[in-house]
Formats: sequence, structure tokens, C-alpha cells
Amino acid sequence: MSFRRNAILGLVTVAAIGIGIFACQTTGRSTDLVSARDAAAAVYVPPGEYDEFYAFMSGGFSGNLTVMGLPSGRLLKTVPVFSQFPENGWGYNEETKAMLQTSYGFAAWDDSHHPELSMTDGVPDGRWIFINANNTPRIARIDLTEFETKEILEIPNSAGNHGSPFITPNSEYIVATTRFSVPVPNRDMPISEYASNFKGMLSFVRANDPGNMDVAFQIIVPGYNYDLAHAGKGPSHGWMFFTSYNAEEAHTLLEVNASKRDKDFIAAVDWRRAEECVAQGSARSMPARYVHNYKGEDRIARSEMRESVTVLEPATCERLVYFLPTPKSPHGVDVDPTGEFIVAGGKLATVIPVHSFSKMIAAIEEQKFEGEVDGIPVLQYDAIIAGEVPDPGLGPLHTEFDGRGFAYTTAFISSEIVKWSLETFQVVDRIPVYYSVGHLMIPGGDSRQPWGKYLVALNKMTKDRYLPTGPELAHSAQLIDISGDKMRLLLDFPTMGEPHYAQAIPAELILEKQLRLYRLSENRNPFATMGEGAAKVTREGRRVHVQMTAIRSHFAPDNIEGVEVGDTVYFHVTNLEQDWDVPHGFATLGMETAELLIMPGDTRTLTWVPKQPGIYPFYCTDFCSALHQEMQGYIRISPRGSGVPLAWGTGGRLTTQAAN
Amino acid sequence: MTTSLTLRSRMVTALAALLLVPVFFLPIWSIDLEAPQYPEGIGMDIMVNTIRGQGEWDLQNINGLNHYIGMKEIHPDSIRELDIMPWLLGGLLLFGLVAAATGRKWLLRAWVIAFVLLAAAGLADFYKWGYDYGHNLNPDAAIKVPGMVYQPPLIGSKQLLNFTAHSWPGAGGMLAIASLLLGVVALFLSRGPRKLVAEGGAAAARPLNHAA
Repeated sequence: MSFRRNAILGLVTVAAIGIGIFACQTTGRSTDLVSARDAAAAVYVPPGEYDEFYAFMSGGFSGNLTVMGLPSGRLLKTVPVFSQFPENGWGYNEETKAMLQTSYGFAAWDDSHHPELSMTDGVPDGRWIFINANNTPRIARIDLTEFETKEILEIPNSAGNHGSPFITPNSEYIVATTRFSVPVPNRDMPISEYASNFKGMLSFVRANDPGNMDVAFQIIVPGYNYDLAHAGKGPSHGWMFFTSYNAEEAHTLLEVNASKRDKDFIAAVDWRRAEECVAQGSARSMPARYVHNYKGEDRIARSEMRESVTVLEPATCERLVYFLPTPKSPHGVDVDPTGEFIVAGGKLATVIPVHSFSKMIAAIEEQKFEGEVDGIPVLQYDAIIAGEVPDPGLGPLHTEFDGRGFAYTTAFISSEIVKWSLETFQVVDRIPVYYSVGHLMIPGGDSRQPWGKYLVALNKMTKDRYLPTGPELAHSAQLIDISGDKMRLLLDFPTMGEPHYAQAIPAELILEKQLRLYRLSENRNPFATMGEGAAKVTREGRRVHVQMTAIRSHFAPDNIEGVEVGDTVYFHVTNLEQDWDVPHGFATLGMETAELLIMPGDTRTLTWVPKQPGIYPFYCTDFCSALHQEMQGYIRISPRGSGVPLAWGTGGRLTTQAAN
Repeated sequence: MTTSLTLRSRMVTALAALLLVPVFFLPIWSIDLEAPQYPEGIGMDIMVNTIRGQGEWDLQNINGLNHYIGMKEIHPDSIRELDIMPWLLGGLLLFGLVAAATGRKWLLRAWVIAFVLLAAAGLADFYKWGYDYGHNLNPDAAIKVPGMVYQPPLIGSKQLLNFTAHSWPGAGGMLAIASLLLGVVALFLSRGPRKLVAEGGAAAARPLNHAA
């Protein structure tokens, strides 16, 4: 009896200690917030009001771009880019399929890492945003009046397009680096021949002419892993800086074999010098097959194969590339708003090295070289270093700037953000983040003129931050107020896919130019149906074109007969609405692809091959009106060779056309 | 009793007539519709020669919405009055200018009377159209509310299902009203003998005649 009582007491004690620990954890965490009420007020956007910033978060392994509002952290839109997106038919319908074409064939998925806003005079201008495909190297342009991907360019001679698409101050170029060095041109060979045959490639893509993205030139560099990049600005305008690791040129067990040397390199590329060399004929044209996809005036994507690329080698274009020795496998390379400081995130380093651009130029003039690799001079570390930030946390990765003389660097391993001074190179503040932060983003924080009010930490691990959802969790972003001396954590919010980098821009820079709908009168789709009277069904051999209209709350035609098993049926659905936010959807029983979602004034085409006779209903999938549930129709599928005449109509007698 | 207008009265008459010039270009009457689904607003303006949506696609969308209740589509091209109205307005303008130029008081009086009659006829016609659109509904309409008619108000506001319709004179209508009022003012300005004083001569000695 007494034993049992003791046992119960013991349990109660254990429980009390448990609660105590739990309470400690709770209070421990809440101290991150100066005051929950202040933080809530700082991120509160009243119903019906707009956020201050548009934030563009990379969708990571979703292959998309997600648009969120700041400071609220509300999800505004998912823009499909490199992955098929059944939600609106991207990559499934005839108008967008070609966007996912590559030289390897149709690529249904990719991994998108770094959104990059177009710039004018070193400041984001809100015209376009670019994003990279990491797996099958590509760069996409997304138009910011429609929030739609308009153009995708494949990068030849590249593998793992990680350091991309960082942009020059006037959007002259966006860059693409090969994370995985590969044989150039790629061909069959033993992997062990890495050191002698594998090459890195730094690509410069012309970005400022919509519809005509092209690889201007590529620079062949030693077979390292090229990781990230940033353009010079102000005095360093005309230069592009690329980090590399694996100067060991390992091709197996890189976590050990690529971490041996004390220093790897930042490659500093004088891209104006590259232009000179190309103009002087020092470059060579190399056969290469890569695909360019773009949407034309008719809003239909088309693909074209490119057959060659211009390639430069540092050995035949002197003063093009210099290597800046940088400690321990640098990851991010970030240029401060003045353009003088080049900050590296040596992910295994104990300091943050800060190179000086003016010292770099002086060292080049004085030829302070400590060696050379494949015709690329290696500058002396001591000659170019402006300072080393001590005690920056463990695993420094990425840095952005507030425009007030401070830099903010993520520390992945110690899971914190450190704020340091660009004058003293001393850490002045630090804040823990949850957990293991990768990139960070300050609106305009990589530009000449940051809007230094908020910082978003993009964390790689979520663990217990939200209600758990089984083994797979949403990733976590955290909004931090950087307007004062001390950083203040304001808000946690989940993100889609694995967000790597993000960018943000004041809402007013793109708010006013948002398109509300497409003008029906300017619809150039060859299968557009400009009114219900023009709706029809035509047969071309085994192909049947249904030119259908959608308007609240019916399709025309909504009864279709005369289609046979094995026909390829194209539903070209035109949304006749000219009213804001009235899309219509379209789906039919048994189709094996995805729905259509058609914006007002637009035409989208679903392809369907019926396999069995029967009656197949179709319906509008977007709740468009009070009579949305009435917006439906039937298509009759007859056995092959049955000779049922083509017939179609809505609300009356069917128009008939004899079978052929 | 005078038969001519004072100089000031003629100037006011001319001003009244000229006020009708912008009426050719401004909405005479506006119907604004408010609904939860249209935070950006939707509405239509009656111009002297057409009916147009306030936004580029408003008329098309009003017609689209109206089909649910079986209301006929509004097609400005099929409304005969809109072909006549510019001529009537132009006639009124010219008439007013002639009255001002000749200084004949009876012309001004006739102008004011004609204006009032035309305005009344216009409003009656507007009411007739509103009644017709609001009552003669397609019996196959999807939405049928027993006893509900959708006649927009002639002037003022009215709730029509999820829409609140506001019907008020537009800038052109306001100017037309101002023009008419000025015409009346011009008439009053010519009541007294001051014109005679102004013109001098023997008539100046005549007694006041308030009946003028």
C-alpha cells in the first residue's frame, strides 16, 4: 500500500519535473520576442489591406516560385516554373507543355533555388524575376505583370546549375555556374579521369531582351564545384564573383575529400574584358545542343534548339579571371551596397573573410600573385583581404546588407544570424533562428539600395516549430525586424517546398502594373473562339478539335457527339469573360493529365484520348458563379468506326456534320 | 412691357446655352452598382448618344450578370432615342444662342419651356426603359424571385438582390440642370426696367412693370 503510494508520489514528481522543463522551454523561447504583443502588431496586416512587400520565395524541390506578402507571411500565389503543376495545367496543356522541353527531353520536375529580380542601376526594378533550375541547368524569366513564366533557357556544358541566376546592375547578364564539373563536351569516360578531363563552366546569359534570352559566352575554368555568385556594383561594376569549392578536384566522398585544403577560390571575372575578347575573336564557337522555350504574343510556348555556344578560355583571354583564395569551401559570395567589400561564407571557416575590391585591383596591377591555375592568376590572400570578422558563428553561409553599414550573415551550424559592422568587422548583435538557417533575405539586400526593415531567415529544419504533420514538415521562415540596433524575431511562417533564396520588393513597385485579365479581342491563339456563335467541333482524321467557350455559367458546346474511341480530342477552351477574377476550369471524366484553368480572355487546350465508349461528363472546376454547379456538359464517345455524325450545341438543337 | 432682353440677360442666356456644349461629352446620368463581388465598382453612364460602361468591360459584365434574372441585354445601338438625343441637344444649344443673339424675350421663354418639356420627356423615357428592363424578364431566367422586379430607380438608390443601384445625374446632367436654371435666371433678369435705363431714351421714364 505504502509502496504504491510512494510509486504514485514518484510519478507525480516526475510529472512535475516534466512540466517544469516544458515551462522552461516555453519561457525560454518567448524571450526571443521582445513582446508578443509588439511583434503581433508589427506583422499585422488588417483584413482587406495589403502587405508592404512582395516576397518571392524559391520553391526548392517543388520547382516553383511562391509569392508571399511581408510582413504577414501570407501565401499569395504559387507560380509554376520548372515542374508540372496540375492545379492550373502548367506543363500539361498545349499552351505550356513546350516550356518544360530540354535537350534531354520533356522534364516534368526540377529544383529551383535562387529568385533574382531584374535591376536598373543596381536596384530591383520589378520588371521580371529570374530563377534557376538546379538539376537540368536552366534559367527562367517570370513576368511580374502576369506572374507567369514566359521564357526558359537551357544552359549547355553545365551540370547542377546552382550559382544562378545572379544579375548584373543593369540586367545586362545573369550568370549560371556548373556546380558539378563534367567533361566538356560531355561524353563517356571513366569517372577517375576527373582531374584531367572534367571542367567547370561559368556562363553569362543575356537577360534584358524578353523572348531572346541567349548564352552570350561561357568561360571554361578548372574542374571545381562552382557554387554561388554575385555581381560587382558601383566601383566593382563590370565584375562578377563566383565561389568554388573542391579545389581538391575530388570525384568521390566529397564531404571528406573536398574539405582538405585551407583555402578554395573565389573566381573574379571581368565580364567587360570577356566582351572585348569575344569582340576580338579570342572566343571559339563550340557545338552544343540546348533548348530555348518562350511564350509568344499568342501566349503559346514554343521550343527551339540552339546548336552552338561561344566559349572563352582564360589562357587565351588574359586578365579575364583571377582567383581570390578564400578559406574553407566558401558558399555564398556577397557584395556590399557600396561595391567595395566582397564577403565570403567559408562554410567550414572560423571567420568571415571580407575581400576588398580596391585592394584586389591594386594587387592585380602590382601582380601580387601566389601562383596560377590553368592560366588563371591566384592573388595573394593578404594583399586583397580587408578584414576577417571574428566569432561569426559556426558554418557561415550567406550575407545580406541593410544599407546602413551593417551586414547580416547566416550561421548554419550554430543556427543563428550575426549582425556585424562593415567598418569595424566586429559582430554587434546575434539572434538564434529555428533551425539551421541557409539563406537570408533583406528586401533589396543584395542591391545597391536595400530596403533594410525586415530580414527573412530561410531555415532548413523545422522540427517542433509548428503543429507536426507526420514525418514530412513544411519548411520554416522567420521574419526578423532589423530596423533597430537589436534584431527582433517577429514571426514564424511555413513555406512551400524547400525555399533556398528569396527576394522581396516594395509592393508599390509592381502593384500598379498588375494585369487583371487578357483582352479577348487580342487573343491570338489559332483555336480561340471569340464568341459562342463561333463554337464548333471539327474533325481532321483521327483528331477532333473542340473549340469551346466558357462564360458564366455554361460551356458552348455542352453536348458533343460523334467522337470515337482512339480519337485525339483537343478541347480548346476560351474564357469569354472580361471581368476580373473570373477564371473557368475544365476537366473531363477519365482524363489522364490535369485540368485547364483559363483566365478571362485566354484560351487553353487539353488533349484527351478516350479509350472506352460511353458518356463522359465535363465541368467547370473553378467556382465561378451561383450556377457553377450547372456549368457542365457531356461528350459521347462511340466505338471506333461507329459512324455517329459529329454534332454539338448548347441549349437547343445540335449542329450536325456528317461523319467522314 | 418689354419684349427684349437686357444685355446682362442675353449674356446669361448665351452662357446657359454654352453650358450645353460639354453635355455632349459628359455622362448625363449614371447608374452605379454596388455588390460584395465588385469592390472595384461597376456601373454605366448614359451619354447623349450612347450608354457605356464606366469601366472598359462594365456594360458587358452588367449584361452578363443580368442574364441570370432574365433581363434583356442593354445594346445602345438598338435604342432609338440615343440617335435623336444629340440632335435635340444641339437644337437646344442653337435655340439658346439664337435667343441670346436676337435678345427676343419670347424666344428665351420658349427655350425654357422647350427645355423643361424635353427634360420631362427624357426622364419619362428613361423611366419607360427602366420599367421595361425591370419587368419584362425572360421566363426561363435562372433566378426568379416571386414579386421581385429589377427596375432601377429613376433617381436615388434601390436594393436589387445583391446589388445596390444608385441612379443620379452625371456631370453632363448637372450642367444641363445648371443651364436650365440659368435660363430661368436670365428671364428674371429681364423683368425690370433696368434694361431701359441701360439703353437710355424715353422708355426710361416708364413705370416699373413687374408683370414683364
